[in-house]
Amino acid sequence: MNPLLEVDNLGKRFGGLVANEGISFRLDDSQIVGLIGPNGAGKTTLFNCIAGFYPPSEGSIRFRGNAVAGLTPPEMARLGVARTFQIVRIFASMTVLENAMVGTMLRNKRVPVARQRARDALEFCGLGGRLDLPAVNLTVAEQRRLEVARALATEPKLLLLDETMAGLTPSEVQEAVRLVKAIQARGIACLIVEHVMEGIMPIADHMVVLDYGRKIAEGTPAEISRNPAVLAAYLGE
Amino acid sequence: MSGEILLQTILSGVLIGLIYALVAVGLTMIYGVMDIVNFAHGEFLMFGMYSSFWLFALFGLDPLVTLPLTVLMLFALGLAVYQVVIKRITNAPMLSQIFATFGLMILFRGIAQFLWKPDFRTVENSLSSGKVIFSGLHFGLPQIIAALGAVLATGATWWFINRTRLGAALEATAQDKEAAQLMGIPSQRMFALAWGIGAACAGVAGVLLSTFFPIFPEVGANFILIAFVVVALGGFGSVSGAFWAGIIVGVVEVLGGFLLGPEYKLAIVLALFLAVILVRPQGLMGRAQT
Repeated sequence: MNPLLEVDNLGKRFGGLVANEGISFRLDDSQIVGLIGPNGAGKTTLFNCIAGFYPPSEGSIRFRGNAVAGLTPPEMARLGVARTFQIVRIFASMTVLENAMVGTMLRNKRVPVARQRARDALEFCGLGGRLDLPAVNLTVAEQRRLEVARALATEPKLLLLDETMAGLTPSEVQEAVRLVKAIQARGIACLIVEHVMEGIMPIADHMVVLDYGRKIAEGTPAEISRNPAVLAAYLGE
Repeated sequence: MSGEILLQTILSGVLIGLIYALVAVGLTMIYGVMDIVNFAHGEFLMFGMYSSFWLFALFGLDPLVTLPLTVLMLFALGLAVYQVVIKRITNAPMLSQIFATFGLMILFRGIAQFLWKPDFRTVENSLSSGKVIFSGLHFGLPQIIAALGAVLATGATWWFINRTRLGAALEATAQDKEAAQLMGIPSQRMFALAWGIGAACAGVAGVLLSTFFPIFPEVGANFILIAFVVVALGGFGSVSGAFWAGIIVGVVEVLGGFLLGPEYKLAIVLALFLAVILVRPQGLMGRAQT
């Protein structure tokens, strides 16, 4: 069976700066993969390459069997890749419902249908009671969930979550964990960059660890937490 | 001063204000989506006027009849300006953007002078000529039709942005280009659309004005300055803000001119502009900058 996403020998340079080098991993349907590494390890650059914001300098990205390296973000969205940002980027002066509708309109030409789908996505993310509020009035945790709802609204096959749990309280982290599991139960795969280990370790099927732009380890969460290279990267030599 | 004259003055201000609003809607849309100030906006209006004039002079077709054709031509001109010039300066420094659209303004005026001479032209005896007398108040029929047309065009633009799929995509791009891209919205196409619609709005205003305002290559200058005031007052990027601000500016201009003397009209409008910048820089309905 073809993997959903296959990254092979991916590299990205900005001038002389090597942000990603020789990164390979795969991700199957409905799988949750955690992407971790110290600050500056190249996690966000990798995200940006997969989402289409940067063309990779070398290597290939295959999504559902098609070579997609170098496509634009709108093209990736159409193919079924959605992402959230590390710092929330909602459409501030729109209502919660309108934010999600911008997403559902990708695949629904008729506005009433798009509105209903947007309601469903918001309900799913626990924002059903907030539909007509201006998005800026939500709490930070709610804005994060709105960003997830808006991404789900594009009906992706793969969701890229960039530090969705940063700065949340422990109970909010538990809610976020439940949400990710529910997304997985819908058959959507997730690639998750996360610093909050108690958020990512229990739910990830597989972990990929980056350091200085390279992959230094991969495996199950249990394997990763025993891996000497990973411990060295996080704790120093 | 009798109440009747005052009412007449205020209503005249509202009528012209609705045209100002339509000119400003196009300007505010381009700014809202791209953060680029279009100094050549008055020239879109000028081309709209000339299109009306020539279709009338050469084929005897009334400006109101040829309005759809002019709208299409201006929409195409807006797209062309985006494709040829604006696309190249999307990420350029602000000063380059100002010079680019300012240069377009000079170019368009030059083209109009070269092709059509600097003479004043008028559309005589159009369908909408005549007067309306309503309980002692006198209005030109062209002004009334122009104002109604401006309300319809502004309303249609508002409806498009707030009620349609494409309008939502435009609004999403205006707020966060990259987040909109993730929703599958191609920014470049939205930018081109904003220029098309912006130019078309100015074109409609030009057509509506052509039945009672002289047509000449520099005519855009009369409206661009006022349009900037309207956009600043209404809030950069806000269509409904531009609508209300247009009416306010029209009334202030006409009423101020009537009370203090017509030679002070522009000074009064610009004083209003300064007051807005000092007291409420984000405008009546503007988004606060983050």
